[in-house]
Amino acid sequence: MAKATNTELVDLLGEKFGEQLFDVSEPYGLLTFSTTKDKVIDVLSFLKENGRINFNFLTDITAVHYPEKEQIAVVYHLHSMVSGIRVRLKVFLNERDPKIASATVLWNGANWMERETYDFFGVKFEGHPDLRRILNVDEMTVHPMLKQYPLEDPNRVDKKDEFFGR
Amino acid sequence: MSHNQPVYTDNDPQSELVTLNLGPTHPATHGVFQNVLQMDGERIVSGVSTIGYIHRAFEKIAEHRPFYQITPLTDRLNYCSSPINNMGWHMTVEKLLNIQIPKRVDYLRVIIMELSRIADHIICNTIIAQDTGATTTFLYLFQYREHIYEIFEEICGARLTTNIGRIGGLERDFNEVAFAKINKFLKEFPAALREFESLLNRNRIFIDRTKGVAEVTADTALSYSWTGPLLRATGIDYDVRVSEPYSSYQDFDFEIPVGTSGDIFDRYLVRNEEMWQSVRIIEQALEKIKSEPKGVFHADVPDFYLPGKEQVYNNMEALIYHFKIVMGEIDAPKAEVYHAVEGGNGELGFYLINDGGRSPYRLHFRRPSFINYQMYAKMSEGMLLSDAIINMSSMNIIAGELDA
Repeated sequence: MAKATNTELVDLLGEKFGEQLFDVSEPYGLLTFSTTKDKVIDVLSFLKENGRINFNFLTDITAVHYPEKEQIAVVYHLHSMVSGIRVRLKVFLNERDPKIASATVLWNGANWMERETYDFFGVKFEGHPDLRRILNVDEMTVHPMLKQYPLEDPNRVDKKDEFFGR
Repeated sequence: MSHNQPVYTDNDPQSELVTLNLGPTHPATHGVFQNVLQMDGERIVSGVSTIGYIHRAFEKIAEHRPFYQITPLTDRLNYCSSPINNMGWHMTVEKLLNIQIPKRVDYLRVIIMELSRIADHIICNTIIAQDTGATTTFLYLFQYREHIYEIFEEICGARLTTNIGRIGGLERDFNEVAFAKINKFLKEFPAALREFESLLNRNRIFIDRTKGVAEVTADTALSYSWTGPLLRATGIDYDVRVSEPYSSYQDFDFEIPVGTSGDIFDRYLVRNEEMWQSVRIIEQALEKIKSEPKGVFHADVPDFYLPGKEQVYNNMEALIYHFKIVMGEIDAPKAEVYHAVEGGNGELGFYLINDGGRSPYRLHFRRPSFINYQMYAKMSEGMLLSDAIINMSSMNIIAGELDA
């Protein structure tokens, strides 16, 4: 099967979801778009089960924290092994109440990826069978990858950006 | 208490099941892995994996380090084949910066990456044999891993955590000794690998221990996001080197071995055949280098390629550049990029978001060991303990990559 192109994919998704997909871009050839948290499972299952595009493989789930926008973005990387392309799907959540439906209904592999995302960002995946911390200790009270938690002693001044002209 | 929580018995003498803490430090698990198993005699009823014992917060650290200081972090992911991680990271940055790499550099990188793949597979396959009781094969083939490390030593000065290469290429050209050592390795290794195979491939005891054990169907493997030799053993010919060639892999003629049943014996055979293919690739790369311009070992990117030490010590401008590059003072595009390489265990991905600061805004590692390992406890249900041990060996889970 010939490689499907990003334009074909955008047309197909636009036809199906219309306004519910936005922020479409193509950084370094990797089609990236966003959707809302209500639609995420619909979009993922369409990508997975549509016979023409067939994104059967979940490469990765992770998250990014944007404190200025008060948002956490959950990022899915999918891969279509048949047509040889990847897509990136982002869902922006409010950082105060980060909740999203779990993708474990579609892929078993999402289990630990979501546990890792919960552990480090506090994103609650609703419907996850076993949402516990995975790499950090259970007694930990914070989600350490959030930007408000500094890596080192915050009183340390020798690594402040203003000393480097930024 | 959910059924996935570790279950500890209350030492009830009437209880039929025994809780066994396999790990965190157990001589048979080759790393820091804990599995809390419910045992019915020798058979595992259920298990829970507890991971994170060597978690070092690399993703958090990476948000506070300039690009060159992240390379040593990648060393410590899969430390059995760290050059692949180093180069995967450098290639991610090169993709971000749109750097064109000369062919000769690509080929030199391919040689190093395939040598590390052989080293990685040697570890896994000899350990499977060791855990089934065959110490001879382990001692016999393992010395070739040492020879590979000697080659790395000649190329970059380090053996295990190599920190090899630079953004844009390698820090120095291969010297005569390195080429001589590679040629010597290529001459001697096939005979040793053939002998290794002749000791195991048709060995009744080995086959009885591995064939039909821990079978995985292709659908299950895909659903669990398996990649690498484990996925290929189930019959799916997915290899990043072919599906999205990086570092000029499209110039090479090699095959992707696949298995049929995904059992331990198939995984062993797939890894063995991959070592043969790696030897083939290295031979081709050595041949191709001869027709490339001599002495080219990095791209012309003075903004990111560190100047040589002799210049840094004697030349003011080089010193300034060296400082600026190491401190991450040179602007990179504000963009996000995902780059994957075929590591020893599968697809090793780097998801980098750069916001123009000194360090990445976010860097996520897609670590194949972490994703492959999540099926382990589930697979072990109903298995004999001794089979579960060799199942773990055959998955080649590297604790550093599992826990990041």
